Amino acid sequence: MSASPVVLDGQETGGSDFVVNDFSIQVATANGSGSQTANNVLMRSIFQMGVPVSGKNLFPSNIAGLPTWFTIRANPKGYIGRKKEYDFLVAMNPETAREDVEKLQPGGAAVYDEPLALRSIRGDVHYYPVPFDKLVAPVCPEAKLRKLVKNMIYDGVMAHLLGIDLDEIRKALFRQFGTRKKKAAELNWGAVLAGKEYAEKNLTKADPFRIERMNANGNKIIIDGNTAAALGCVFAGVTVLTWYPITPSSSLAEALISFLERLRVDKETGKATFAVVQAEDELAAVGMAIGAAWAGARSMTCTSGPGVSLMSEFIGLSYYAEIPCVIIDVQRVGPSTGLPTRTQQGDTLKNALVSHGDTRHPVLFPSSPEECFSMAQNAFDLAELFQTTVFMNTDLDLGMNNWMAEPFEYPESPLERGKVLTAADLDRLGGFARYKDVDGDGIPYRTLPGTNHSLAGYFTRGTGHTDTAAYSEREDDYSNNMDRLARKFDTMRKHLPVAEIAPRPDARIGIVCVGTSRYATEESRDQLLEEYGLACGYMRLRAYPFSEELDQFIDAHERVYVIDQNRDAQLLMLMRLDLAVERIAKLRSIRYYGGLPLDARTLTARIASEEGL
Amino acid sequence: MSTTAAPPPKKTNRIGLDILPYRGLKTTLCAGCGHNAITERIIEACWEMGVQPWQVAKISGIGCSSKTPAYFLNQSHGFNGVHGRAPAIATGAILANQNLNCIVVSGDGDTASIGLGQFMHMLRRNIPLIYIIENNGVYGLTKGQFSATADVGAKLKTGMVNELTPVDCCIAAIELGASFVARSFSGDKRQLSVILKASLAHKGLSVIDVVSPCTTFNDHDGSTKSYAYMKDHEEPLHELGFVPSYEDIEVDFAEGSTQEVELHDGSRIFLKKLGRDYDPTDRLRAIGMLHAAAQTSEVLTGILYVDRSRPAFTELLNLVPEPLATLPQERTRPSAEDLAQIIDEFR
Ligand SMILES: Cc1ncc(C[n+]2csc(CCOP(=O)(O)OP(=O)(O)O)c2C)c(N)n1
Ligand code: SF4
Ligand SMILES: [Mg+2]
Repeated sequence: MSASPVVLDGQETGGSDFVVNDFSIQVATANGSGSQTANNVLMRSIFQMGVPVSGKNLFPSNIAGLPTWFTIRANPKGYIGRKKEYDFLVAMNPETAREDVEKLQPGGAAVYDEPLALRSIRGDVHYYPVPFDKLVAPVCPEAKLRKLVKNMIYDGVMAHLLGIDLDEIRKALFRQFGTRKKKAAELNWGAVLAGKEYAEKNLTKADPFRIERMNANGNKIIIDGNTAAALGCVFAGVTVLTWYPITPSSSLAEALISFLERLRVDKETGKATFAVVQAEDELAAVGMAIGAAWAGARSMTCTSGPGVSLMSEFIGLSYYAEIPCVIIDVQRVGPSTGLPTRTQQGDTLKNALVSHGDTRHPVLFPSSPEECFSMAQNAFDLAELFQTTVFMNTDLDLGMNNWMAEPFEYPESPLERGKVLTAADLDRLGGFARYKDVDGDGIPYRTLPGTNHSLAGYFTRGTGHTDTAAYSEREDDYSNNMDRLARKFDTMRKHLPVAEIAPRPDARIGIVCVGTSRYATEESRDQLLEEYGLACGYMRLRAYPFSEELDQFIDAHERVYVIDQNRDAQLLMLMRLDLAVERIAKLRSIRYYGGLPLDARTLTARIASEEGL
Repeated sequence: MSTTAAPPPKKTNRIGLDILPYRGLKTTLCAGCGHNAITERIIEACWEMGVQPWQVAKISGIGCSSKTPAYFLNQSHGFNGVHGRAPAIATGAILANQNLNCIVVSGDGDTASIGLGQFMHMLRRNIPLIYIIENNGVYGLTKGQFSATADVGAKLKTGMVNELTPVDCCIAAIELGASFVARSFSGDKRQLSVILKASLAHKGLSVIDVVSPCTTFNDHDGSTKSYAYMKDHEEPLHELGFVPSYEDIEVDFAEGSTQEVELHDGSRIFLKKLGRDYDPTDRLRAIGMLHAAAQTSEVLTGILYVDRSRPAFTELLNLVPEPLATLPQERTRPSAEDLAQIIDEFR
């Protein structure tokens, strides 16, 4: 479909044409000014109007003061990836206001704080000045709350200008504050009304943008990926969480802790069926998770790139010593300061290979809250089935932004606890060999410390052991064991979440991506077809190691574009390690690495240019 | 009729086991290495106390010292982890199964150099386990470089002299929250034996720093961790006696000469004064005396500190009594109704 807006005949205001449900709003504020509530309420009220919507918070690594933007995209066809251009601006931050107005699409509109006097910047957009400070004083007698409450005024103004039902704003607002903060909700509601009233009396609608009721959202919910992943862990029966705070993964651990406290404390005894430790660093966090899993817990840690780097030695040990571990990596940009609060697929290659010696790790690539929920459960099952570290790679965009999602389905299958022998098994078998490939799938049997049997014990170490876990430095013991580990890795391919494949008839071109690249890729694929007549097959991988389906997909196309949100084409590099040369020759790389969520226009332009279109 | 006499009955402990399951593989450490003597004491203490081998988890980092869990308690689960990180592994294991009897063996490099951070935080948490530091002042396994416990003025075989302040693991342990802290010498059989048995009776973190000479790299003149140096500089604080909980023995002692301390499981230790007054329940004085001893190059040994009131980390976590590791699905996966209710909150 084309990116051109849906244009209807003018109805009420001014006789101009309306752009209905297909535009982007950018709210520019300063970090720490409390705009988050107002932005979420605005986004949710559009969602409640039945219009597909996405919200992206672009925030700095800072507690207060630096510029922050929140983009809300409404789209009647359900495209919810980032759109670079925005049509409607709410300018609250004096520092960025000029640039914010300059970037508006021609014909766009700007609501702004009156003293900023932005009118002179350009003539091809509509201006709506609002005296926020004057309006907030009477509705918020307490001066120190005004900074926060002020933001709700723009929700009222926007409701009026865009035609959002005020009841939906009220519903979203009261939902946001919850039943316990009724007074705060009423205070903020007063500000919404003040904004709405001011707009009614003083602003004349001159722009074409409108929200009108649709029925596209069905039974959906709005949730962020971190919360969804946390819920997945709870329903995966996690028993031990060890973590160290790092943006953008902290909110995952915090959500998980609150779910555990709510759902996993024995009602009669008040005792917990879980343990949480905020460790001293990521080395300790992963070490504890591995120690716990060695002793039989469903254990996990969550982190971001810098944390995985610190964990790297332990992850190798988990591979060699065959100990389950779940690591959720909410990826962000690079090391140290600068862009740690921006998104990237920066750990695709590292997580698949991390550590020393020959190590390979399964990686799951969720793209949505639904998959964060389901794949978190897969991760625990796979870790115990295969006795190894399993990564789930999400990113800041998925983890920290709010997304529409289908209600999560309750897991039907029982927890997979893997090959663990009990004392009764040992009685029956008369013993066991820890690293022996009994079933031909490369996966050995283990026992847990504390098993009441004289034959249960074995000694765990890294590289040098025989199949009875005896110490050995023999070359054949080492290489035989490494071959079995490779076999185990191979077995895994059939147990991982399968790729999503959408072929197109006559497509000579294929596009492959993982995770959140999906939104831009799906939209771009439609743009390429509609604007250039270029049909593209589409494959979204959901796990590493890759399956045979990737081979088949490549075979079915002349060229395959591999989409990466990093500079070095990490997904493509991973394919290069595993695929046959003739298939590698067909791969082309498309990369974006600016730290913002990938957008469709960028992809479309690159692919069209590569194709000489 | 057979004329051969029946073999003498095997000596068994209170849970009916002979010494064999408490032994391990043959040591591969150097002859005379202090670590071997400590291994022997662990074997004896566990056997005498009737520790269940299958309930023990032996965990270590990397180093000659960290190899030793392979040389005792053959039937127990063991884990030779990564350098300096045994505290994290052991903490995790205890979280998964708080009924485990966890014995960690580490070296001075493992604990005080690369692993100092984890060691400190383990102390703060008072994780219920026994943490033994086999302290020889050098990295044995990498051929004798200084570790962070090397004393000022200590000299390597190469002639290199340490000028940096040593880490005193016992002072750190007392200060940051270990609830049982002792120092001993691998050559002092009797004392080390009582300390180990007492630590098995203690609930909470026991830190036992054992000076354990490295015969190959740090047993020469100029070393402060050699057999000869310890012979001259060890100052036992008290003569130790131990009566386990399962033995009902009256101990008589002259008023004021001996202090009795009861441990969590009802076992009792008897500290008979030697020369100076020392009360192992007085935290500030314990730290003060260790600092003073360092000034005069004395190595104070014995039970330095006991605190029975400090809760172990597992108590703070308020865990169900069963191991988390083997809780059934009914107790770890909430119901479909729970999920439906949460989903509703996101509508
Ligand atoms: C990450 C890492 N760095 C370095 C080493 C090399 N290394 C092995 S043992 C050791 C020192 C051991 O010293 P200590 O803990 O005092 O034990 P000892 O051998 O003296 O008993 C070192 C540095 C390693 N195994 N891992
Ligand atoms: S090198 Fe030193 S510490 Fe290592 S085994 Fe030999 S004597 Fe013991
Ligand atoms: Mg040492």
